[in-house]
Formats: sequence, C-alpha cells, structure tokens
Amino acid sequence: MTSIAKPPVRHPSLGKNALGFTRRDYEGAMSTLCAGCGHDSVTAALIQAFWELDVPPHRAAKMSGIGCSSKTTAYFMKQSHGFNSVHGRMPSLTTGANAANRDLMYIGISGDGDSLSIGLGQFCHAIRRNVQMLYLLENNGVYGLTKGQFSASADVGSTSKKGEPNIQKPIDPALLALSLGATFVARSFSGDKAHLVPILKAGLKHNGFAFIDIISPCVSFNDHEGSTKSYKHTREHEVDLAPVDFVPLRREITAKQGPDAGVTSVTMHDGSILRFRKTAREYDPTDRGAAASHVRACSERGEVATGLLYVEEGGEEMHALNRTVAKPLVELPFEELCPGNARLQELMAEYR
Amino acid sequence: MATNVSDPQYYHKVVDCQWGCPAHTNVPEYIRLIAQGKYAESYLLNRQANVFPGVLGRTCDRPCEPACRRSRIDGKPVAICRLKRVASDLKGDIEEFLPKDPGFSNGKRIALVGCGPSSLTVANDLRPLGYEVTIYEKRDQSGGLMRWNIPAFRLPPDVLDYEVNAILDTGVEVKYNSPVTSMKELLASGFDAVYVGSGAPKGKELELPGRHDGNAKSVIHIGIEWLAGVHFGHIEKIEPRVLIIGVGNTAMDCCRTARRVGASSVKVVARRNRKYFKASPWELEDAEEEQVEIVENHAPKRFVYDQGMLVGMEFEQLAWTDAPDGTQSSKVLGTTMIPCDAVILAIGQDNSFQWIERDIGIQFDGKWDMPVVDKTTHQSTLPGVFFGGDAAWGPRNIIWAVEHGHQAAISIHQYCEGESVKERPAYGMNLVSAKVGMHAWSYSNDYNPSPRQKMQHEELVKRFESVHTEVELGFTPEQTAREVERCLNCDIETYFTGPLCIECDACVDICPTNCLTITGAGDEADLRTRLSAPARNLDQALYVSDALPQTRRVMVKDEDLCLHCGLCAERCPTAAWDMRKFELIVPLASSRAHATA
Ligand SMILES: Cc1cc2nc3c(=O)[nH]c(=O)nc-3n(C[C@H](O)[C@H](O)[C@H](O)COP(=O)(O)OP(=O)(O)OC[C@H]3O[C@@H](n4cnc5c(N)ncnc54)[C@H](O)[C@@H]3O)c2cc1C
Ligand SMILES: Cc1ncc(C[n+]2csc(CCOP(=O)(O)OP(=O)(O)O)c2C)c(N)n1
Ligand code: SF4
Ligand code: SF4
Ligand code: SF4
Ligand SMILES: [Mg+2]
Repeated sequence: MTSIAKPPVRHPSLGKNALGFTRRDYEGAMSTLCAGCGHDSVTAALIQAFWELDVPPHRAAKMSGIGCSSKTTAYFMKQSHGFNSVHGRMPSLTTGANAANRDLMYIGISGDGDSLSIGLGQFCHAIRRNVQMLYLLENNGVYGLTKGQFSASADVGSTSKKGEPNIQKPIDPALLALSLGATFVARSFSGDKAHLVPILKAGLKHNGFAFIDIISPCVSFNDHEGSTKSYKHTREHEVDLAPVDFVPLRREITAKQGPDAGVTSVTMHDGSILRFRKTAREYDPTDRGAAASHVRACSERGEVATGLLYVEEGGEEMHALNRTVAKPLVELPFEELCPGNARLQELMAEYR
Repeated sequence: MATNVSDPQYYHKVVDCQWGCPAHTNVPEYIRLIAQGKYAESYLLNRQANVFPGVLGRTCDRPCEPACRRSRIDGKPVAICRLKRVASDLKGDIEEFLPKDPGFSNGKRIALVGCGPSSLTVANDLRPLGYEVTIYEKRDQSGGLMRWNIPAFRLPPDVLDYEVNAILDTGVEVKYNSPVTSMKELLASGFDAVYVGSGAPKGKELELPGRHDGNAKSVIHIGIEWLAGVHFGHIEKIEPRVLIIGVGNTAMDCCRTARRVGASSVKVVARRNRKYFKASPWELEDAEEEQVEIVENHAPKRFVYDQGMLVGMEFEQLAWTDAPDGTQSSKVLGTTMIPCDAVILAIGQDNSFQWIERDIGIQFDGKWDMPVVDKTTHQSTLPGVFFGGDAAWGPRNIIWAVEHGHQAAISIHQYCEGESVKERPAYGMNLVSAKVGMHAWSYSNDYNPSPRQKMQHEELVKRFESVHTEVELGFTPEQTAREVERCLNCDIETYFTGPLCIECDACVDICPTNCLTITGAGDEADLRTRLSAPARNLDQALYVSDALPQTRRVMVKDEDLCLHCGLCAERCPTAAWDMRKFELIVPLASSRAHATA
C-alpha cells in the first residue's frame, strides 16, 4: 500500500505508441502488494510489453486465480476485460472464455501455489488443449498471500524465514510444460526487465499456449539468506541458456539484417522474428528433448536456467485443433449457434 | 563517480526556486508554514533571507518563478511571490520577533551612502553585531526607488514603512537631505568602512531633433524623475495623449501612472518585438488591462511641434530578422507619426559618481566609467570601500540589491575584524528524514492538480481614482489554500542508501515521472541517453549512486521532473530510498558572528 495514488501527471516527453498511448495509459489501479514484491515488476514489464506491441486494451482479457500474483491483473490495463476466478481455476476459466471469444488476447496470471498445488491439473490440461494465451506463473517458492508456507516449487533445502529447510522435491513448471508438449516455454526473472520484456512480447505473439515461469521474489517471506528464490540467489545462480531478442514484424521490414553466425532465428506465426543470441553452452531452443535435458542438468547443478527455452511455431491451438469456425462464437447469431431441436434431431438421425 | 550529496549545493540546486532566488529564500518551507496557518513564522523565515517580504511579495522580479519545477510539470509555476504577500498581510503582531537595538557598540562605525534596499540590508545585518551605522541620504525620505519610483498602486507606503522602520528602529542613524558630495571627505571622517548603495539615480536622455524645442520643458519627461515628481506631489496631472518611449519596468510604471493622473490615451512604443521586451509578461498584462496600447518595432526619430506645441513623434517602422548567430538586424519599412501631447522617456538609468574623486584609490573602468568592484566581496580597489545594489554594476532589482547587501555585510564584518574578505563563510545544510510513520510524511506529498490561482484586481474605475489605490487585492483564503498545495516540496529530497538496495525495481516502476533508472555505470552524457525517460534538460542534475551490491549497476535519478511525492521511498522494501528534509544554511554576517562567539 502507498499513502497516495500515483499522481496522474506524466513525463512530457514520454513516447506514444501507434495507438497514441503512453506507457502510463497501460497502468491499472495502485498495487496493494508489499513494497518490493517481484510481482509489481512483472506488472511493469507487462505494461512495457503491451505498450510496445500497441495492444488495444479493450481487446485483452486478464485472467487470474487467487494469490498475491493473481491480484496483479488489477494493476495494469484498467480498460481491459478480466476475471478473477477461484483458487487454481484460472486455466479453465480462460479456456471457456477463449472458446467463446477467440478474438481477445488472453493474459493469465497465476502463482506457484495457484498453478502447482490446487490448480496443477487445470494447468496441465490448458497446455494439452493448447489454449491460445499468455500464461505467467509468478514463482516465489511460497504462498505469499497466506503468509509464506512453502509451495510446490520450493527447492529441497531452501529455508523458510525461520530457518526450517524444505524437504519435499519441487515441481519445475518449465520442465512440466516441456513434457506436456507446450509449444512455448520460457523462464525469466522479475528483477531483469531487459530479459523479461522481449520474452513477454514473444509470448503474446505466440501461436498457442505460451508459458513463462517468472522467478518473482516474495520480499516479505522468501527473500532471506537461505532462500533459493531470493533476488540475490537468483542473480547469483541464473544461467541464461537462450537469450532472445524479439523483432516485431514491422521493424524487420525496415531494418533487414543478414543472418549472423551462431544466431538461431525463428519466424513467428505473424511474421515477427525471434533472434536467439549465441550462448557458451550449445543450445537449440527448437529441440524439445535437448531443451529438457539442459534445463534438468542446470537444476541439478543448482542453477536457474532462463531464456526462451523452447519454441515451436507450427502447432495448432485449441480452435484449430477443434476445427471451430473463424468467427468468435459470441458473434454468431443465436439461431446459428443453437439451431434448434429440429436440427438436433436431424443430426442425431445421422448417427442412428 | 557517485554524486556527492553531502555538498550543500547539490540539494540546493534541486530546490529550483531557492536556487533561482538571489537571496536563497527557503520558499518551500515558507509555503508549508502558510499552509499550516503559521503566517508570522513564514514572514520571519522570508525576512531572514530577503529582508522585505511585504515589499517583495508585491514587487519582486521573482526569478524563482520561471525556475519553479511546477512550471515544467503543468506549465505554470507556483505563485511564490504572491504567497509571500499572504504571509506578510496575515502575519499579525510580530514586534517581539523583530531585531532590537542591540544596546551595545562593538566600537566600529560604518557609513552607508543612500537609504535604498541595499544599504538598508547592510544595516539590518550589521546593526545586531553592535556596529554604529550612519546612512547618508540625499532626499528627505527612506527607501530609495522603492518609495519614489515604484508607484503606490503597486506598493502601499505603509507596507514599505513597516519594513524600513523595522531596520531603522534598531538604532540606525539616518542623515536625510545629506547628499554625499565628496568621497574623500567621507573617508576622512573616521569611518571603519564605507558602503556605497546610492543606486543608479540618473534617467537616460534621448537627444533627438526637437528634444528641447517649444513646450518640451513641460511635456517631455524623464521617466524616473517624472515618477518621483508624482510621488512627491510636484506633478498632479498629465496631458491627455501620452507616449512612453521604452518598454522596461520604468515604462510600465509610467504608463499606468499616466492613466491615473489624467491621460486618456497611453501608448508604450518599443523598438523591438515582444520577445525582446525587458518588462515581465505580467507587467505587460497589467498595463494592457488598463487599456495601455503597446506599439512594437518603432524607432523614435524626432519630436514634432505645431506652433511651439508638441503634437507628436515621428518613428521609423522596423522589421527585424534573426541572424543565425543570435543577433538581430533591422530594416526600415517607412516612417510614421504618432500624435501625442506629452512624452515620457523610459529607456534606462545611469549611475552617477561625480562625487567620487578619481585620485583616492577607487579605480574606475575606462569604458563605462564604473567603479571596479569584486563580484564576490563587493570591495572596490580601495580596501574598506564596498559597493552594492544598483550602484555596483548598474540597475537591477530589489532582491539583487538585498543579496548584495548581505554579501557586503559579510565582507565589512570580516574587514573590520581584520580578516581576509576573500575567504567566504561556507554554506551548510541539515538533512533530516521526513518519515513520521509507516507511509506517513511530515509534508503533504500528494500531487494537487489545481491550476495556478489568478490574482484578483481592483475594478478599473476605482483604480483610476487615485494613484494610491492598490490594484492587486491579494489571494482569498480559498486561493491561498489551493496555491500552497501546488508546491511540490522540492526541499524534501530523495535520499539513497545504495548498500541497502536489492534492485527489485519497485522505485523505478512506481515513479510517476520516470525519474529513476537502474543501469550500467557510465559518464553523464552517456547515462542521459539510456534512462527510463529522456533527460534532455541539462540544467538539471543527474544523481548517480555507487555500484549497487547485487549487480554492480548504478541507481540514476534525473532530478528534472521529480514530484517529491515520496512514492519511491514508500515502495522501497529496504528503505534504501528515504525522503529527507533539506535545509540550506545560508551564511550571513549575523550568523557568522554567532558561530564565532
Ligand atoms: C520605475 C521603477 C520601477 C521599479 N520597479 C521594481 C520592481 O517592481 N521590483 C524590483 O525588484 N525592482 C524594481 N525597480 C528597481 C529597484 O527599485 C532598484 O533596483 C532598487 O531600488 C535598487 O536598490 P539600491 O539600494 O541599490 O538603490 P536605490 O533604491 O536607487 O537607492 C539609492 C538611494 O541612494 C540615494 N543617493 C543617491 N546618490 C546619493 C548620494 N550621493 N548621497 C546620498 N544619497 C544618495 C538615493 O536618493 C536613494 O535613496 C524599479 C526601478 C524603477 C526605476
Ligand atoms: C480453495 C482455496 N484454498 C486455499 C486458499 C488459501 N490460499 C490463498 S492464496 C494461496 C496460495 C497462493 O500462493 P501463490 O499462488 O504462490 O501466490 P503468491 O501469493 O505466492 O503470489 C492459498 C493456499 C484459497 N484462497 N482458496
Ligand atoms: S507477501 Fe510476498 S508475494 Fe505477497 S505481496 Fe508481499 S512480497 Fe509479494
Ligand atoms: S514546486 Fe515549490 S519547492 Fe519546487 S520549485 Fe516550485 S515553489 Fe519551489
Ligand atoms: S519522489 Fe520518487 S517516485 Fe516521486 S517523482 Fe521523485 S523520484 Fe519519482
Ligand atoms: Mg507464490
């Protein structure tokens, strides 16, 4: 909480995007999270990404569950649609919303508690269905909102604020997503916007379910010595396997660059380009099996593997898989959507 | 290199108004005192720096206002000057807090030439230290140009009397009707030091054809003399159609005074266009409100008479073009006649030092015939003789005259104590946390979107009834309440303790005006190109921290548009950012005495 709302005045030289909006126009209500919470930085990175991508706020829907992380949908794009669901149920809500209106941009925000404990099944099935959405898991290793119990992402040996070590093995959501066939799997860090913003932009442009595990420290319950999800620990153990630049479609046309050695480029569905920078360890972000073993190897060494770990652009998202009509269902006239009993009987007759 | 915020000048510069004020008035603190209804305290805080708050609250040139940060936020500065008047008007009885006759002598006698604001400031600063102060004044009244040139409709005499008497009543001897006619004699009369605060008392002439023809003597006037004539009651009327030549402060007072003593048509004629006028925009506005016409791009050529009576003036109409080097050149488009019955020449003032002998060690420069005066110490080439106010480097304004007085008083005191006048006493500062609780501050940190309050004026008909009717009515209580909240409290400083920073970005993200950036180290020019928002105002400092603990990057703050809202400190989990109240300790002759005592 702060004593005052953020004053409405802005820097007079703040840039405007193609829609004539400044970054400030993508803000939401004042955050009520703890001062210094990683989730607020993720919010700021999202604001930057929406602004840079010229996202029209009224064409986006912000979906969340329960937790400090899930509260953050209130803190950006105040003109957007949104639904704050019950604990762990954000994936199914988003699946339903997307089924009804495929034309909106869906941003789901969840926590390690919300997604890996109560909502684990929901999370897995959204991946399987390949729901077109950006899924952010703001990962702090604890249940922040309920005062810091270990979550399912806490590492073995990571200690609580009182010094007690965690004894159960963690779920690594990135590895889980890789194993379930997710077509966009990334990991980033709230404390490094230069890293996070391009990945967010890539995720928003991905064709299919885009998953980003964001290490987002809980300053109140998990930022102490002994925690493996603190700002300090993350900075000291981060290994950027697949650093990426996101080159949006319109910029690529004007500033065409030749392919340079060691750089993997992936062309996205809309023509934007992902340009991977070369890293010390040979890494191919388009090889699922290799990606998974790299990430696993890192975690065994106590490293935090970050970057756009895996991307596959040719997949089919939920509507393509289900061969639904191109028009959003909400826009179909009722008679077409529900043609009536006579038509139903005809259909049934075909199967008799 | 990290910024050294323990140098008092760093945060002083952030307080734009105080930095812009020649006397370094603590503006934000006096505005907060007004907000709290502490008018007497606010007045006294002002008085400490600018000595004449009531006078300046009505007449100051207010260099603080163009400097004010608020104008970079919503286009209009805080009405700093008129708030000063509020403190003065509402201060109540403050008799007991004004300086008293010290009741002792330190055995030193000093002579001040002239009883204008600069000499009075010297007296104000030195009298409490026991100096025996004698002022020699040519005229029979005190106050200098503040009294006989600034018209009463802008500055009521009782306001001036109150502030001049506050100084004179401490036991200053004033010899009225005593022009100093020989510096040699004055120096021979045994004073320990002499201060020349005699102003620039001579109005400039305009020797054009016809200047002394016909009825010129009674209808062509020199501005400052004419204004003094009106003040002393020698002049009660002027002809109906009046031209004012020149467009500085004097011209503005002449045209408005002319409207009050019988002129029905008044034109102010300028050689150049508005962009180059010396008068402040608000003075022009006030004159135009009184139906004074401003004529641009007209160069006076000659006075025109008909049967010995002035009937007009001939002008060349000019067109000006800007050269790339910043200079301007003019082209004559033609000549025109503007009819008139009287002309007031308001084209500037000159100094007049015939009374200073040139063989007594006071060196004069060859070009302007002005005394050679040290910019810092105010001492002339003759040790023990000091100059200040308009007498030092030509006409300026009251607040500069006051600041010169402060500086000269320091020099005089050091000179009389046998110390070097070159070694100036240092500025100091206090910096105290403004935190008074969890997210609670000792100042109102919320941004108030109110527009600048507009001063209410007396109705035109009433104004023209007498030169003594004050035009500005002062702020209403509601206006005051709104205007004080517009101040951004630029003296409540963001204070950073780098080793506490965990680089969570919370401050960077919350800052409404994108002042903050955490980035790799670099020199200032380089840093300015990679901040959260463009940092193009090179007059404003960048704060740069030492390398931060986790990544060795640095915290950078562009001071330019900081609202001093404290949100960075509220969002900082480790209190690496704090809001601290900065107080500049300005050395004065009197404070220095306390320090050595
Ligand atoms: C028309 C007009 C309007 C102005 N309006 C403003 C305004 O609104 N705001 C502002 O800030 N400034 C204004 N100024 C400027 C301001 O008045 C002066 O800058 C200021 O008064 C200078 O102070 P001073 O003490 O140096 O000299 P002065 O105020 O000029 O005082 C000098 C004194 O010395 C006396 N004196 C001169 N020679 C001798 C001598 N030989 N022996 C004894 N005594 C002598 C004079 O009689 C006078 O009393 C205005 C000036 C004019 C002309
Ligand atoms: C059905 C249900 N069970 C339990 C809770 C209590 N609860 C609230 S938030 C939360 C965990 C949140 O953790 P996470 O998703 O990691 O969010 P964080 O606060 O750490 O960002 C729990 C268990 C609840 N609100 N609803
Ligand atoms: S409890 Fe932790 S996760 Fe929740 S707002 Fe505070 S710092 Fe953030
Ligand atoms: S906003 Fe207030 S403190 Fe800041 S420069 Fe203006 S008057 Fe001074
Ligand atoms: S006080 Fe802090 S948050 Fe507020 S404008 Fe200044 S730097 Fe930004
Ligand atoms: Mg959590």
